[in-house]
Order: sequence, then structure tokens, then C-alpha cells
Amino acid sequence: MAQLYTRETQAIFWNNNASAIQRMLDYDYTIKRAKPSVAAIVAPTSGSKFEKFFYGPDEIMIPLYRNTTEAKAAQPQADVLLNFASFRTAYDVTMEALEIGGFSSIMVTAEGIPERLARKMNATAKAKNVIVIGPATVGAIAPGAFKIANIGGTIENIVQSKLHRAGSCGLVTRSGGLFNELSNIIAINADGIAEGVAIGGDRFVGSVFIDNLLRMEANPEVKYMLLLGEVGGTEEYKVIEAVKNGQIKKPIIAWCIGTIAKYYDSGVQFGHAGASANGDMETAEAKNRAMKEVGIRVPASFNDLPEIISAVYHELHAKGIIKDIAEPDMNVCPKVRRSKQFICTISDDRGDEAHYCGYPISSVATPDTGFTIGDVMSILWFKKRYPRWAVDFLETVLKTVADHGPAVSGAHNAKVTARAGKDVISSLISGLLTIGPRFGGAIDDAAKYFKYANDNKLSPNDFLNHMKKEGIPIPGIGHRIKSLKNPDLRVEGLKKFAAANFPSTPLLDYALTVEQLTTSKKENLILNVDGTIGILMVDMWRALGYTDEEIDVFINAGALNAFFILGRSIGFIGHILDEKRLGMPMYRHPMDDILYDVKKAENL
Amino acid sequence: MAQKAIREFDAKSILAKHWDKYFPNFTYAYETVMVQNGSELKKAAKEKTWLGEKALVAKPDMLFGKRGKNGLVLFRDKKPGDVSLAKAASWIDEKSSEKQSVYFSFEGDTPHGEAKVDMLTHFIVEPFTPHSQEEEYYISATCVGDNDVLYMSAEGGMEVEENWDKVVEVGFPITATEDEIAAGIRASIPKDVAQKDKEAFAEFAIGFFKAYRELNFAYLEINPFVMQGNKIELLDMVAKLDDTAGFLMREQWGDVEYPTSFGMEEKSPEVLAIEDADSKSGASLKLTILKPEARVWTMVAGGGASVVYADTIADLAGIEDLANYGEYSGGPTTSETKFYAETILDLMTRGKDAQGRDKVLIIGGAIANFTDVAKTFTGIIQAFENYADKMKAVGIKIYVRRGGPNYEKGLKDIKEAADRLGLYIEVYGPETHVTDIVRMALTK
Repeated sequence: MAQLYTRETQAIFWNNNASAIQRMLDYDYTIKRAKPSVAAIVAPTSGSKFEKFFYGPDEIMIPLYRNTTEAKAAQPQADVLLNFASFRTAYDVTMEALEIGGFSSIMVTAEGIPERLARKMNATAKAKNVIVIGPATVGAIAPGAFKIANIGGTIENIVQSKLHRAGSCGLVTRSGGLFNELSNIIAINADGIAEGVAIGGDRFVGSVFIDNLLRMEANPEVKYMLLLGEVGGTEEYKVIEAVKNGQIKKPIIAWCIGTIAKYYDSGVQFGHAGASANGDMETAEAKNRAMKEVGIRVPASFNDLPEIISAVYHELHAKGIIKDIAEPDMNVCPKVRRSKQFICTISDDRGDEAHYCGYPISSVATPDTGFTIGDVMSILWFKKRYPRWAVDFLETVLKTVADHGPAVSGAHNAKVTARAGKDVISSLISGLLTIGPRFGGAIDDAAKYFKYANDNKLSPNDFLNHMKKEGIPIPGIGHRIKSLKNPDLRVEGLKKFAAANFPSTPLLDYALTVEQLTTSKKENLILNVDGTIGILMVDMWRALGYTDEEIDVFINAGALNAFFILGRSIGFIGHILDEKRLGMPMYRHPMDDILYDVKKAENL
Repeated sequence: MAQKAIREFDAKSILAKHWDKYFPNFTYAYETVMVQNGSELKKAAKEKTWLGEKALVAKPDMLFGKRGKNGLVLFRDKKPGDVSLAKAASWIDEKSSEKQSVYFSFEGDTPHGEAKVDMLTHFIVEPFTPHSQEEEYYISATCVGDNDVLYMSAEGGMEVEENWDKVVEVGFPITATEDEIAAGIRASIPKDVAQKDKEAFAEFAIGFFKAYRELNFAYLEINPFVMQGNKIELLDMVAKLDDTAGFLMREQWGDVEYPTSFGMEEKSPEVLAIEDADSKSGASLKLTILKPEARVWTMVAGGGASVVYADTIADLAGIEDLANYGEYSGGPTTSETKFYAETILDLMTRGKDAQGRDKVLIIGGAIANFTDVAKTFTGIIQAFENYADKMKAVGIKIYVRRGGPNYEKGLKDIKEAADRLGLYIEVYGPETHVTDIVRMALTK
């Protein structure tokens, strides 16, 4: 892999470091990437499902996951892990990601990971051919393609330092702060960088100078390299060796900082943990001298770097190796942005015509469009158009629950309110307000408990015992008068429809084995209409490819009760209109139907 | 945040604490005490009766070796192995009463290089262990390149460096399994180890290397250890810990201290205060005082940039003029920066330059990635406000160069504050080369 990152590269960001992620997205917007560079965020302690970020003037949502496994499963294309865990957990996070696999590079920002752990992490990654950038780094950048977190600083500085588009220098430093500084120097004195890596300041880092320089040697975008080393360690000698044996042929400019260290005892720790010379060979002088000897361009001091960069650039430019770069068009991030208070993902009323989930209303409304009310429900409730059989089922449910006569509490309430002279909306609401655990709530609960039993592979007997222990009658089981011999025809109809149209009905099949057991105890303990609807909904969603977790979200959000609410509203409105037509007077409950049991106050 | 040397006494205490885990078939008496003077030693003898019963050996425990060659190991009064408690106590009092010269390097028995002169403050006292030369062994372990390397020799003692060709070394990658390591060590036992002791030596070496790895030592050396059957004596030890593993090793290491090396100046209260602030902060605050009477002081952001500034000052002015080295980075809070700046200003304003020149304060830094420049400068400005009078009395010229998030505001604020307070200041942004302010300051 000659290029570390491309414009398609996406990352999983471990830790919800909002400002760093925002900087990445600002960068993405500026360079007009097609997709955001952060595909997912791992936020182990967050309860949210996504986090909002600005994308230019707009906002986008990036999904949150509780662990790397879930994030990687949902976003398999994201092959970069940005590990922003603390020094206490960074090792575990990296090792877990290496275990999961599918990552080509992992960046570790924590400083001060225990050395043995850092070594083990680096060795494990190397064996798996995964590039580790860091620990103790600000990251890496492929200008015009992908930028890690905070590297390059603010968006203004990025543009100033020409980090928004590829130049021709390959930059490798230990220090993150000086990486930025050098990007700026290279932008001023040459045409910017093609790829840059700050390898990190700790003593044991994953990818070292030579790893990065060899990759850059193979990267045709890189025409020359700049290496900024430090006192301490012997990594620079590997580069010297590669130049000597011809592995690296592109020009290298290099400088090791820390020439001051020679004046002091080893007791003075200059800069990074890795910056401490053990022996003459590790001093900045010795390394600068040795690099110069093999033809690496070494300035007299850090101050002279700009001159040498300019000279090398102009040499290569004169030879035609470096061509002039056409400055690309950029987007400009607005300076002032306001976060939106509300989010809508189902319909859009901006523009000429309102849309339902991307469909103009005119394209779904009239019969000739082929869309029925069930289609519109599936679009607006579940954000996709369900296949015909599922839409038919949704409509069947609505029709089945539309009314159950005037005596049930909701209809009764609606009628009483209408007779009190109230309008349709008040009357309807007074009816709807009765829907809950005792009235109409069995659909949700039937789905929930049968799914639980089935998910946990409880035998019908175990399930019954479980519910007994919970002290809850099994929701969706039992009818006032119906029995196996005298079946509820609505249930029969639903079952028949499912058998003919559903690809399979595993939960219904399970429920029927439960019914066999319950009816053997008591005749009328049959699977009732609420239970059948709830259970078939789960079967429908499963057949449509939803995960168990997504189905649980539907159930917990109350989506099943919503079918009852919508369907029964048809009936309630019918009763209200009926009352209005009949012009019935105010209802007063007969007093002889009330048991009065009020004690007289004692001290009157 | 690095490898730190610990005292011999602490090294022995850590091994003793975990002895049965790593050396189940060997015994170690762990008869050792660390004292600062003779009366402490006598007091210790009340509990540790062996101090009064056995012949003793006493030596300084202050992170330097070659104590024998420096004449700082007491093992004889009139003849070897006759040192009494009273003699050890009086010797310790004598050696700690005035500064001692210590050479770190020898050619044969002749000192080489310059001696360090300092007070001896810590001594380790142990029983004298009569043994034959054949019972002395050398063992050490450290990390070289990517590998952990174990060094073993049948020739232990003071002459190990002269006999380095007899040392066998065997390296293992970090991912090596215990079985691989054990097999590798068994295959590398020095041939000079007596045949009858080979198995025991191998077993000890395997335990030693395991302790080195699991207890997060960065360096561990016993030279020599004495093996008499299954009885082990640790005559001399040197150890460094990887202090970044401290959070994992709290229990295993116990209460370990990282002393300043012999001959190094004790850390000043200011440096200790910055270290304390650093340990409590997510940001990084570092300060080393090099020459407090010198003229050029630095307050530079960033581990890399601070080194470049120090290099440049040394190049352009020489190290005689450089008062301190330090850096702050990782987005310190305003109050952390204020504390850091006040510490430096306080040190800087304690006296005028001996030659009557103005002092120079370099507030430098590269282009920050994420540190808010205006926020950190707010802390520095608050420090200016508290020290303006003293700064003017001493005569200080301030040179600022910084870029990064919010740098325009930071530069404007600090300029305005200095002007308001009547301080000399020059302010530059990313358009000026990072270390150019050093040249400007030193050529004025």
C-alpha cells in the first residue's frame, strides 16, 4: 500500500472527542470529500445512538456504538481506527481492534502507555500487517484526502499551510507541534506535502521513520522526503542504511533536534520520552553527521531548514520531477453555525413540493401511483417502502382493530365526551387516552414477551413458569368467550393471511405451541387478536431483514401500539360522528348504578 | 514519564515481596535495611536483631555503582567480615558528614573522568556473606531495540565489565511465550557455570527474567548474586522501573521513590511544584532549571518546539545564557498556565543580570494543533499582572511567537496587556519562522 489514505478512507473514532471529529468533518467539507471521514464513533458510556456534527453549513449525524465490535460490524468499510482512549485503556482498545480485524491502520494518541504494553501492541500489529501511528501522536494526514483528528490545527491554518491538497513532500516527524510548523514552512518554501505522519513522542512507537519513508518512496505522489528526528534512539540509522543500500532513492532532507542535550547530563529530559541519548551514537550531532555522510540533505541548524527545502524543491521542479499544481476548488466552512434543535429524517417540506421520505406527495397519493395507505405508513413510520405482502398485512391489522363496539372503555369515553357537546378532537382524545396497559396494550407486550421467550429458547413450559414468576398473565393469550372450538375469526383470518403471504412465521409457530399448552389448562386461553398481531409484526420485521436489536427498538418505541391507536381512531371517530348525528343529550350516569360508601365526617 | 532509577533497597524489597512467586524453590533472607545515619541504624537493630548479631556490610544507596572502587563499601574493620553494628554506624556517620567525591568510570582501578561531589544521604546495610568466588554470578535484563535481553555470566562481581566476553546474552521478542523463553534461557546457560549448579542457575534465571517482565522493570541487574544450594544472596542490585506502568503496579511496587542521582542538584521547590501540577493535569507541564542566574528564560509550548528553541539559544548565545528548559502542551487550563508562568517569572525576577543587560523571556511555540492560544495566553497575562513591577525592576524584554487556534486574539491580548503594564514586548505569528525571535532577542 503506497498511499496511507485516500479520499474514500473512513475511520472509526474511539471516544467521542467532538472537537477533533468536527475538525475532521470541516476538513472533509473543505476538500469536498464525497463521504465524511468518520463513519462511526465508539462511545462506551453514551446512551445516544448518534451525534450531530456540522458538515459545512449543514448538520449530519454520525452513529455512536458502545464498542468497536459493533461499530466495525455496522461500518465494515471503515478501516482506520482512531484510538483516542486514555493511557489506561488505549492498549486494550488497540488489541481488541487487532483481534476484530479489518483495520489497515490504527492511530493511538495516548501518551505514557506502559512500555511493555506499547511494545506488545506494536509487535502484534506488525505481525498482522497493521500500521500503528503513535502512541503519543497527533496523527497523520494525506492532504486532499484524509486527515486524522487535530493534525494541521484549525481549518484556516490548514489552508494556509496548503494541507488541503496534495503537494510533493513526504513529511515524517516525531513531534506533533513541529509537524504543523514544518507543514507551514514547506508550504511557504515549496508546494506543500503529499503525505505526513507524526510518529509520536513515546519511546516505543508503532511505525518508525523507516516504515513511513519506505512507503513514501513507493508513493508516486511523493517526490522528496523531510525527516525531523530527535536526540535519542537509533531509528535514524535505519534510514541511513536504506539510503546506503539504495532502498530509498528519492531525495531526503533531515534534521535531528536536541543538539543542546550534549551540554547536559542525561538527567535532563528534553522534550519527548523517547528523547534521551544513551551513548554518543544517539546524540543529535552524531545522527545529523551520519545522515549528511550518506548524502541526506542536512542543514547547519533548524533555522536553515527553509533554505534547504526551497533548494531541493526548485531543483526537482527545474528537472521537471515536480510539476506545478493547479489549486483545487474548495468549499468554505461558514464561520458562524448554529446547531439545529430538531431533526427530521422522514419528510421534507422545503422546495416546491413536500416529500415523504424522498417521495414527492404527488407520486404516492393517487391510486394510479400504486401506493396505498399501507405504503405511506411504511414510508413514514419505518422509512422504507415495504413489499406488497407486508403492506397488505399492515392494512389488515388496521382494518382488524378499527372498532370493537361501543362498550369498550375508549369508545365509551369518546361517546360520553361527544354527548357533553365537545368537538371531534376532544372526544377522540378522551377515547385515545384510555389506551394503555389495560386497553389495547397487549399488542406491544405480546410481541415483547413472546420474542423474549423465543430469543432465549424457552420451552412453552419454561415460558409459562417465567411469566408466573414475573406475576404477569401472558399478554396476547385469553379471550372472554372464544376458544379453540369456537375460534376468533379475526385471528383465523390473520393466520391464514400470514401462512399464504409471509416467507416464514417462526414466532407465530412458537406462539401456537404455547397456545397448545395454555388451552390444555383452560379452553379460552387461546392466542387472541392482540397477541396474533404483535407476534406477526415481529415475524414480518424479521422477514424484512431487521436485526433483533432494531425490532426491540420498534417495540420499545411503542410502534405496535401505534397500529392499534391509528386503527381504533377510525372506530372512535365513527362513534363520535354517530353521537353527533343522533344528537343525544348530555349523559348522566344513573345514580342507582353507583354504590355510595361515604362516611360522615365526625366533627361537624 | 520514562524509565526511572530506584534504590537498591527498593529493588530488593520488590523482589523479596514477590520472591515465592518467581523463585519458589529458592530462599532469600531479605536481611537489608536502609538508613540515613548511624543512630537510625542502631534504632533499626532493636527490631532487626541480625544487625547486632552478624558481621555487616554497609554502602551508599544512591543510584551510583562502582562503590567498591570508590572505597565506599565497608566490609572490614581489621579484617574482612568483622564489621560490627557500632563500626557500621560510625562509618555511616563519618561518610555522611561531609561531601564525598565519586568517580563513575574507572580504567582498571584508576578513576577516569571527572568526579561528582555531593553529600551521601542514604546507606544500605546487610549481613556480610562469606562465600567463594565460584558461587558469585551475574545476571541482568533490559530492553535492547525491540527485544528483551537477558545477560548471564558465571563471573559475577566488580570485574564483570572486564570479563564481558564471558557474558552470555539471549534476546526475546515481546510476544515470546513463557515456554519459548524458558527453553531459550536453558539453551543459553553460560558454560562456566558449574555442572552441578546448571539446573538451579537456569531455574533462577527463568524466574528472574519473568520478574523483570511482569513487574515492569526497565532494567534489572544483580551483580553479583550468590547461590549456595537453594539459598540466594543478592549482594548488589541496580534497577530502573518503567514509571508509566505505575498505575498497573501500585500494589506490586509498593511505596517506591525515584531519587535524584548523586551529584545532581536536588530539585528546587519550584520544579517540584511544577511536577506536582503536571501529575494532576491532563496537560503537560515540564520545567528544568539549568542556570538560574542566566539571562535567557524560555516559556515554550510543545515538546518538540521547546527543544528547537533550546538548540537555537545554545547555537546563538551559548548555553551559559540559558536559564531553564521546559515546555507546556496538551491544552493546559488558564490557571495551569498562570501557575507555570508565575513560577518562571518568580525565578527570573530574583536578581538582575550580572552584566547589567536586560533579561530575555522567550514565549515561543510552533503552530498549535488544538491548544487554544488565547486561553493559554490569558494565564500568562494574569501572571504578568502580578509580576509587572518585579519584571520592570529587573529589566525584561519579552519576545512572543505562536500560531494555532485563536492565535490572533492571543497575540493581540498579550501585546495589549504588556503595553498597558509598561513591559517591553515584541509579538509575532506564524508568518515569522518559529525560532526567529531568538535571533531577534539576542542580536538586540
